Amino acid sequence: MSDKNSGNSRNPLHGLWALTNRELKKWYKNPFLLFMSILQPIIWMGLFGKAMNLGAVFTNFNPTLPPTVPVEVRPLIEQAMSELSKQLLVDTFGTQDYFSYMSVGILTFVVLFTTMFSGISIVWDRRLGFLNKVLSTPVARGSIIMSKVLSAVMRSLLQAAIILGFASLLGLTPSATFSPINLLGVFAALFLISIGLSAIFILIAIRSTRWETQMAVMNLLNLPLLFSSNTLFPIHLMPDWLQTVARVNPITYVNDATRQLILYELDMQKLLFDFTYLGVFALVFTSIGILLSWKYLTR
Amino acid sequence: MSHDAIMVEGLTRVFNKNLVAVDHINFSVQEGEILGFLGPNGAGKTTTINMLITVLKPTEGNAKVCGYDINKQSSEVRNCIGVVPQEYTADEDLTGLENILLCADLYGIPREVSKKRAEELLALIELTKFKDKQVATYSGGMRRRLELACGLINRPHVFFLDEPTLGLDVQTRAATWNYIRLLKKEFGMTIFMTTHYLEEADMLCDRIAIIDHGKIVTVGAPEQLKEGLGGDIMTLSIKDAKADITGVIQKVPKVKEVRKQDGTYRIKLQDGEETAPTIIDAVRAEGYTVTRLSLTKPTLDEVYLEFTGKTMREEEEAKEQIFTQRITMRRARGERR
Repeated sequence: MSDKNSGNSRNPLHGLWALTNRELKKWYKNPFLLFMSILQPIIWMGLFGKAMNLGAVFTNFNPTLPPTVPVEVRPLIEQAMSELSKQLLVDTFGTQDYFSYMSVGILTFVVLFTTMFSGISIVWDRRLGFLNKVLSTPVARGSIIMSKVLSAVMRSLLQAAIILGFASLLGLTPSATFSPINLLGVFAALFLISIGLSAIFILIAIRSTRWETQMAVMNLLNLPLLFSSNTLFPIHLMPDWLQTVARVNPITYVNDATRQLILYELDMQKLLFDFTYLGVFALVFTSIGILLSWKYLTR
Repeated sequence: MSHDAIMVEGLTRVFNKNLVAVDHINFSVQEGEILGFLGPNGAGKTTTINMLITVLKPTEGNAKVCGYDINKQSSEVRNCIGVVPQEYTADEDLTGLENILLCADLYGIPREVSKKRAEELLALIELTKFKDKQVATYSGGMRRRLELACGLINRPHVFFLDEPTLGLDVQTRAATWNYIRLLKKEFGMTIFMTTHYLEEADMLCDRIAIIDHGKIVTVGAPEQLKEGLGGDIMTLSIKDAKADITGVIQKVPKVKEVRKQDGTYRIKLQDGEETAPTIIDAVRAEGYTVTRLSLTKPTLDEVYLEFTGKTMREEEEAKEQIFTQRITMRRARGERR
């Protein structure tokens, strides 16, 4: 009996795709789970984008003018006020349409919520003994971590694509300078943030044996991460301390990049900075993840 | 023997700086042998196996598996071993075949080779019919067999089985033993298994090591260990209750000890099957009539109790282990998660 024939074609990444595919299969082979994970962001977008319509605050501003105002100047004043509120909207959100502003933010939101769960699966793998079995095979430790990251990335990107399609049906209006090539940039930015975020959540789970702990951590982090960014509201209107937090929060940079690519006129310098920040963020946390996997997966 | 498949020297593992789970153990397993690792809960069985399969780092000491050092050549070790953990690790959402192929991919076995091997293994464990069914629909015995197949996909030299029949009913357990024997015959590997079912160790293992409180208390072939207890036990009654024939029996060769209790004689003897007729002949020659007779061979249970004591274990087991064992038991009974 020899294992020689099994060792020939091995490359350092063997098993990475097999493990990633296992995660994905668990997802797409379960129609209920698949349906829910597509439905959830759509509901969120419908509710957030249409119910919490901050834009309406400005555009529905139609005060009754006092009777002393002469009839002949009334249309002028009304027009000026309407212009003013449009101007206010553009100044605040960078576009006349809050729904467009928000729906692009929801792309990041979906990525955040999907990647958050990537840590849970490693806790279950540990509890059910699967992790131990994988650790007793020659698969690289880093591949075990990266398979979790990659599957979370693929899932969140697919969900983001669905959101984007749905948002354009609901009235997302891209800027005049938008071209389909920009979409590549949008997904590149989402790719980087989802790598970084899932690496963080997996790192938190790497030693954990309790999924309850994971849930607590997720609940602690998710909404604060979301609200301390420009996902729903622009940061220049936030108090100073929150602005500082938001400027560190990588989610701010994805939103900035995706909004520039879809809604605004491109500012190449800012876009470059966004991508650099996201790239460093993704690189740092995956490196930490791979390094720690050597030390901490084996106890 | 050219070399030992497993060589363990002073292997030690301490948890949280004070809990000594495995305490300087030494043993070896020969090429082609089945060694059973026996011991009460919390004795250090799983800790030992986890160190040998390079999932847990030893605090002290060393071991060689297939000639490779578990500390320094862990990836070579992983290449030449197969592992069937205590838990059911097959993914319930995937089919049996997909699970085996996933294991093959973890060893980097090319798909054309792994497909062929998977089919062979499925045929051996008689799961070919169910290979495309989700594992969630499998019974406990089927899951165990699937785990065996997953562990053998890389044609290991040394096969580790951790509690291979935990939670299975008697029939399924016996069937699982047959599969283990069959696979051993087919692939001829060395097997290291832990168990706390004594009859399992007795049926399957060439040699047994009993571990308790992290130390190996005895090693030997099952027969040898039973012999070590002082031989078989025969009880005998004669018609004439008043007579004392202790001296007569004592003179028979291979009789080691005779005690008269309430009119019956309790005799410790070696090679019971051959010695018993000689005793009866000797008793008859003196003119007595034998009315009752029984012969019992010592079981491994007695060996086990001799070495590990009769007190129940109240040691706190890791919560985690209890949890996983509970899940394993439930799945063995075919319940869903």
